[in-house]
Amino acid sequence: MKSVYLVVIFTLMSLFAQSQNKLNGKKIYETRCLTCHQADGGGVPNMNAPLDASSNVVGNNIARLVGIIRNGYNERVALDGYYYTNAMTANPDLKDQDIADVLTYIRNTWSNKASSISLTQVQKIKKK
Amino acid sequence: MKKIIFIFSCTWLASMSLIAQNNAGLRLPQGFSATLFASNIGAARHIAITPSGVVFAKLNAPNKEGKSIIRLEDANKDGVAEKVTGWGNYGGTGIVVSGKKLYASSDENIYLYELNDKDEVVNPTAPKTIVKGLLDRRQHSSKSIVLDPQGNIYVNIGAYSNACQEKDRTPGSKGMMPCPILDSAGGIWKFDGQKENQVYANGKRYATGLRNVIGLDWNQNTNSLFVTQHGRDQLNSFFPTMYSDNQNAELPAETMYEVKEGDDCGWPYVYYDPYQKKKILSPEYGGDGKKEGASNALSPLVAFPAHMAPMGLLFYKGNQFPEKYRQGAFIAFHGSWNRAPLPQEGYFVAFVPFKDGKPAGDWEIFANGFAGAEVVSNPRLAKARPCGLAEGADGSLYVSDDNHGNVFKISFHP
Repeated sequence: MKSVYLVVIFTLMSLFAQSQNKLNGKKIYETRCLTCHQADGGGVPNMNAPLDASSNVVGNNIARLVGIIRNGYNERVALDGYYYTNAMTANPDLKDQDIADVLTYIRNTWSNKASSISLTQVQKIKKK
Repeated sequence: MKKIIFIFSCTWLASMSLIAQNNAGLRLPQGFSATLFASNIGAARHIAITPSGVVFAKLNAPNKEGKSIIRLEDANKDGVAEKVTGWGNYGGTGIVVSGKKLYASSDENIYLYELNDKDEVVNPTAPKTIVKGLLDRRQHSSKSIVLDPQGNIYVNIGAYSNACQEKDRTPGSKGMMPCPILDSAGGIWKFDGQKENQVYANGKRYATGLRNVIGLDWNQNTNSLFVTQHGRDQLNSFFPTMYSDNQNAELPAETMYEVKEGDDCGWPYVYYDPYQKKKILSPEYGGDGKKEGASNALSPLVAFPAHMAPMGLLFYKGNQFPEKYRQGAFIAFHGSWNRAPLPQEGYFVAFVPFKDGKPAGDWEIFANGFAGAEVVSNPRLAKARPCGLAEGADGSLYVSDDNHGNVFKISFHP
C-alpha cells in the first residue's frame, strides 16, 4: 500500500515539475522569442523563420536546435521551401534547464506535437 | 418610418460592401476604384510601367515557373492583365523603366535590359551588368533603385545590422564608434546609369546614416531624391528598463527625408522620437530615451508610426487624381511585424500632400484593406502586403504585394 502512495506522490511531483517547466518555457518564449517568431509561432515572411509546423523544430536534430538557441544564428536559412534572412540573437545566459523548457514549449505549442526535451538531453550537447 | 430607414441603411451597407468587393477588397476615398490587375504572380517587390502601359514586377525570388521579372500586359484595357510572361532567375527588389531601358536589381547587382517597340525584353538572358558586388549580408539586403533626369542611378545599400552593435541584436553589446558599416552600407550610393561593371570604387556614397531604405523616388518638382527609412527595432527587448512594450510599439518613427549629396540621417547614433520631435541618442551609444544626439544629421520631413515598414515611395506626376493629390507622395506600407505583443499595423498605402516641394499637411491613409482583416496578428496571414508603387501614363496608381503576388490598379472616376 505504501508503494502505491509513493507512486501517486511521485506522479504528482513529476506532473508539478512538468507544469513548472512548461510555464518557464512559455515565459522564456514570450520574453525572448516572441518579438521575432510571433505570438502564433508563424515567424515573418522572408525575415524570421516560423517555428509552427517547422520541420526543423519538430525534427530530431536536437543538437542543432540547442546550438541555435545558445549561439544564435546568422545564415540564410532555407526551410520548407522559403528563405529567411534575419540574424538571431545568441542566448549565452540561458541555463540548460531553460533551453530544455523553451524547446519543449515550442515543440508542443501551436500545431506542433513532438517529444519533450529533457535537461539531460541538453547537457549532453557540448557548448561551443 | 424607422423601418424604412432601417431597410434603406441595410441596402446601403450591402451596396457599400459590394462596391468594396468590386474594388478588389480595397477601401478608397470617394470617387476612386480599384481592380485586381494581376494575382499570384510571385513575391512582387517593386514595379515599373512603360508609357504604353506594360507593367514589370521584380520578384523577391523566382516564382513557381522559375521567373523573377514578370511582364504584365492589359491589351484590352479592362484593368486586368491578361498576358503574363516573365524571365530572369534571380530574386531582387529594384526595377525601373526609362524609355526602352529596363533596370532590375538582385541583392548584389544592377542589370540593364533593352525593350523593343512592343516593350518586350530583347536580351532576357544577356543583360548588361551596370553595378556589381554590392554588399549582401542578408539583413536589409534588398537594393532599391531610382534614376535622376541625367540618367544617374541611385541604389540603397541597407545596413546589415539593427543598431551597429559590436554583436548585432545582442543585449548589452555596445554601439561601435564610429560605425564601420557606414563605409559600405547604411546609405544611398550613386552610379552612372550607362557604364558597365561598376563596383563601389566607381560610385559615390551620396547619403549616409540610413539604416535601410526601400522606398525612394526622384521628385521632379524639387529635382532631388526623397527616401523613406525603416527605423530600428527592439528597444524594449534590449532595454526593458528604458522602454515598455507600448513605447517600443510606437518608437522610433519611420521617417521620410529629402537627401542631397553628403547628407547624413543619423543612423545608428540616433533615432527619431515623434512625440518629443527630437533625434534621440541610441541606447547602444549611451542614450537614455531623452538625451539628444547627432546634431549634424537631418531631421525627417515626415514621421510615420513605428515599424510599419515603408516599402514604396512615389511622387504623383499625373492629373487623373484630384488636385489635392498632385505632386504629393504616396507611400506603400508593408505592415509591421515587431509591434508584438500589440497587434500589427500598416498594410496600407498612405498619402502626404506636398506644396512647393514641402509636406503641406498631415499624412493620411489613402488605400486600406490590403490585409483582408482589421487585426493582423501575424504578417504571413495578411492577404496582401503593399510593397511597390508605380504610376501609369494615364495617372492610375499601381500597388504590388509581395505576400501573395497581387498587383492592384487604382483609378479616379468621378
